[in-house]
Amino acid sequence: MITLQQITRELKEYDGREIKIMEVCGTHTSSIFKNGIRSLISPKIKLISGPGCPVCVTPSVYVDKLVDISLKENHCVLTFGDMMKVKGNEHSLTEAAAIGGKVKVVYSPLDAVKIATEDANTQYVFAAVGFETTTPIYGILIDEIIKKQISNLKILTSLKTITPALTYICENEKNIDAFIAPGHVSVIIGCDAYKELAEKYHKPFVVAGFEGEHILAAVYEIFLQLKENKACMKNMYISAVSDKGNMQALSVINQYFEPKDDFWRGIGVIEKSSLRLKPEYFQYDAGSDFDEYKESPPKGCKCKEVILGRISPAECPLFAKQCTPLSAVGPCMVSAEGACGIWYKNRGRE
Amino acid sequence: MCVAVPGKIVEINGSTAKVDVMNNTCDVNIKLVQAKIGDYVLIHAGCAIDVLSKDSAEEILWMFKELEEEVHDNSSADH
Repeated sequence: MITLQQITRELKEYDGREIKIMEVCGTHTSSIFKNGIRSLISPKIKLISGPGCPVCVTPSVYVDKLVDISLKENHCVLTFGDMMKVKGNEHSLTEAAAIGGKVKVVYSPLDAVKIATEDANTQYVFAAVGFETTTPIYGILIDEIIKKQISNLKILTSLKTITPALTYICENEKNIDAFIAPGHVSVIIGCDAYKELAEKYHKPFVVAGFEGEHILAAVYEIFLQLKENKACMKNMYISAVSDKGNMQALSVINQYFEPKDDFWRGIGVIEKSSLRLKPEYFQYDAGSDFDEYKESPPKGCKCKEVILGRISPAECPLFAKQCTPLSAVGPCMVSAEGACGIWYKNRGRE
Repeated sequence: MCVAVPGKIVEINGSTAKVDVMNNTCDVNIKLVQAKIGDYVLIHAGCAIDVLSKDSAEEILWMFKELEEEVHDNSSADH
């Protein structure tokens, strides 16, 4: 049986062609820093961050709409905290609140039921942002709204799905050699979701847990597959991720939502990359379809290149200068899950 | 993406459970899992999304403790 020491020695001493491995989960990015994974492997093996933060890829017109709703009389936006500082084309929700907008931070979509029930005179709109991990919970919310006949609560969706984004990257960013698939999204969608991608694009996809040893083992698995010119999906997070995923959660998603084309901030439209409420549930939607996606990226901001794995956050000229978590220029610096924010907190440990 | 934290179910009332997460008791929706008292579940945005073994839960917890400071810094419920 191969030991951890042998694995690290082999990864550290590698001196072949440069290998680029993309992790698409902010928690993996954090763990890579915390465990000093880069220091344990050869500089020829690059670990780069991908589009794994839903806040970072949410279009600015979506934030604009939330801001408008918050400023309407008798309206209130409910949101997770990490959406507060993300700028729209003009304002963030924090700025909207400062000029009289009504915004409330919650910790679960299900908190919205109690809030709306207790204040029937206010129209509440939940900022439903997230990937497949969160989407079934919005499904449960809609279920509760229907069962309890709550008339003053709707959702505004920006719900992304990960496999279309991975397909986009495989199609357009040819220099990525392999992927560490997201852990908690995989709990819902199951590891089989990556099989076709691995085969079609001939790239290893490894589902990993979040401990340092797990990530190192995933890197080693990718290293071995590439060495042997193999490309398959491998689930190395079997304690939480099954082949088919959480069937109950998938059934809730399929009951209320359907795939639609969607706009990703910094990337553009990706086919069938979002989940929107089905037409029969439109009455619970606060207007999630947009005619136009007007984007005006902040001057000098390289979030697009970061999301697509073309550069590391530290290579952006604004990083840790004009752009910091306290004064974020781009969305990737705002969220706790954003690549730039994680790199900033761990700067000096790259 | 999508931070989730493990906890142990201590009480169940219908589709809501009281879950011990690092010695804090939280109300968690358990509609998406088949869980019973004593089970460890993975919680995301107020909802259990998976049932875990005790060992797996403890493995994840140490990393969550590391992340805790950052989560608090950002006053956010990550998703």
